[in-house]
Amino acid sequence: MAKITINQEKCKGCLLCIAVCPKGLISADKKLNSKGVKPARFTEDPACLGCMMCAVICPDCCIEVYK
Amino acid sequence: MDKIYSHPKSLRNISTHYCPGCGHGIAHRIIAEIIDELGIRERTIALAPVGCAVIAYDYWNFDCSEAAHGRALAVATGIKRIHPDKIVFTYQGDGDLAAIGTNETIHAANRGENLTVIFINNAIYGMTGGQMAPTTLAGQKTATTPLGRDVSLQGYPLKISEMLALLPAVKYIERVSLHSPQEIIKTKKAIKQAFENQINNIGFSLVEVLSPCPTYWGMSPKQALDWIKEVMVKEFPLGKIK
Ligand SMILES: Cc1ncc(C[n+]2csc(CCOP(=O)(O)OP(=O)(O)O)c2C)c(N)n1
Ligand code: SF4
Ligand SMILES: [Mg+2]
Repeated sequence: MAKITINQEKCKGCLLCIAVCPKGLISADKKLNSKGVKPARFTEDPACLGCMMCAVICPDCCIEVYK
Repeated sequence: MDKIYSHPKSLRNISTHYCPGCGHGIAHRIIAEIIDELGIRERTIALAPVGCAVIAYDYWNFDCSEAAHGRALAVATGIKRIHPDKIVFTYQGDGDLAAIGTNETIHAANRGENLTVIFINNAIYGMTGGQMAPTTLAGQKTATTPLGRDVSLQGYPLKISEMLALLPAVKYIERVSLHSPQEIIKTKKAIKQAFENQINNIGFSLVEVLSPCPTYWGMSPKQALDWIKEVMVKEFPLGKIK
């Protein structure tokens, strides 16, 4: 079991985490944050590997990983 | 569940002014992680450049100073010579390190100052609006080369890392890239090596980091990473140069 948390207020919506998640568990949220962008959103799922790819690529250090 | 990745202490948990998908944010974070891992936060002094990273000192949670455009290695030389126990590094863009600061860069390298240099090559002047940099690729469109860089008029992309590697006092040079998580992990390893070299008094160490500027490349963040992978690395091959 693993999961990530995303600081949606800091997220700038570059969506690079979506491009690198091998399990497709990250998507763009429907709601805008206070920056006016759709931040990344994680869907909890037992498939999450805790591989940290999303945290490694995030240019804004918005992601923390639990395993 | 245990936390296996947390925000580094050496990076303030605030929003940066960087554009979405900018490589500066990734580079800042891995430097902060390395400083935490090496336990050197209390004795590190960074030199921020002039360029988009001009206010890096607002983001890093350790001592920082600022230098006039291109002069970071001259200021770093002074700080390191007065405080040889401190870990001093410069963080400089291609315009800063390889255009206006070429002189200071070459002479600090030639003197073999025991410094760590993080050279962010995004093939553009980001801060000032996307003008041609010395490292701009042949044919690359910028604000000052709207038809693409013409090497017969503007010269070739400058390989400053290869040039510096010729100097006998230079100990370590590696070119890395931020275009994928795997490459970011390699970048972190190279930057850590460059810090360890200074700790072990080995001497002048530079890591050139190919870094995306989606805004002035006119691309999405993902397209910018793909462009590094498919185009930029052909001109700037990755790996250890010295
Ligand atoms: C003495 C001086 N000349 C010119 C400038 C204008 N200027 C500011 S940043 C910059 C270039 C920045 O490019 P780079 O170093 O590649 O950094 P980037 O923004 O791409 O990270 C220039 C020419 C200046 N600030 N000071
Ligand atoms: S202009 Fe380019 S280098 Fe500057 S913050 Fe934006 S993406 Fe980054
Ligand atoms: Mg630049």
